[in-house]
Amino acid sequence: MGFLTLKVWSPYLAGAGIGVLSWFTFLLSNKPIGCSTAFTRTSGMIEQALTSRSVADQPYYQKFPAIIDWEWMFVLGIVIGSFVSAFISGEFQLRLIPSLWMAQFGLAFFPRFITALVGGIVLGIGARWAGGCTSGHGISGTMQLALSSWLAVILFFVGGVFTARLIYYGFGG
Amino acid sequence: MLKTLHSQNKVQLVLGLLAGIVFGFLLQKGGAAKYDVIMGQLLLKDFTVIKIMLSAIVVGMIGIYLLKGIGMIELHPKPGSIGMTVIGGLIFGIGFALLGYCPGTISAAIGQGNLDALLGGLIGILIGSGIFAHLYPGLENLLKKGWFGDMTLPEYLKVNAWIVIIPLCLLIIVFFYLLESVGL
Repeated sequence: MGFLTLKVWSPYLAGAGIGVLSWFTFLLSNKPIGCSTAFTRTSGMIEQALTSRSVADQPYYQKFPAIIDWEWMFVLGIVIGSFVSAFISGEFQLRLIPSLWMAQFGLAFFPRFITALVGGIVLGIGARWAGGCTSGHGISGTMQLALSSWLAVILFFVGGVFTARLIYYGFGG
Repeated sequence: MLKTLHSQNKVQLVLGLLAGIVFGFLLQKGGAAKYDVIMGQLLLKDFTVIKIMLSAIVVGMIGIYLLKGIGMIELHPKPGSIGMTVIGGLIFGIGFALLGYCPGTISAAIGQGNLDALLGGLIGILIGSGIFAHLYPGLENLLKKGWFGDMTLPEYLKVNAWIVIIPLCLLIIVFFYLLESVGL
């Protein structure tokens, strides 16, 4: 048990574990690991609940119906697995603002909340535009040697590194 | 292939949940659920995220290509195009740095108690996904520009997959060695 309650594992070990997990998802479920379609499906479910109207006539929801599927359960599992890991190692804690943000931009929650909200909107559009995220393209697609995924992950980091420098170091950085 | 197992929908939902639990556990243990670690990567000060991704690629790639070789699995490479992958990838990157989480790691961040992830980021991703679904009919032509489909690197180079896998694994291991030797 001591090993499972460690606060942090070597990134190489965590990564190798994700690699082994991928063998099993392909073998047992015929699925690569991926996360972003679950958000599209949930978004469709919310739109249906708010408008009391089916989204099934919209072209994008014909590709990705607003239903609970393997990947949706996978994303739910991530929340649970992370909670278990954090809880048993005494790391679970409700935190409003990450410490790196706090050191740079202070204690106010609103600026962080707005940045996270806008970032989430842009990320959600980008993930569906590119047809995958850091999991579906960045891990599963690259290990299958998909051309689209290697190109996507390079651009994720190009866009990400450039924007992160702008946020933290300004235009002079 | 385990086709009977693949077609059992309820069993698959349980397997999806279990796989997610393992993934979430590993992301949290690896430190990738933390904003500080992800931003550290994008600021090129902390290489945890890249180490996790590349280790997963090396181990995963060798296993799935062996399993494919003996006919136990089939691959599912995603299709791509310049309009889709390049533009979408850059938009994703901008959002990635603003949010400091991605769709997988934000789920792990919520699990460990990060409220900026739950109240800001999650709601944002759901709004963004909904916006894209509505934009999609108007974007279809742009998304098809420069289409190259679901081609893999070995198919593109017209070589046996292992001709790509072995040098790529060696290259990644050398990269790890260099990272560690400069203390990153």
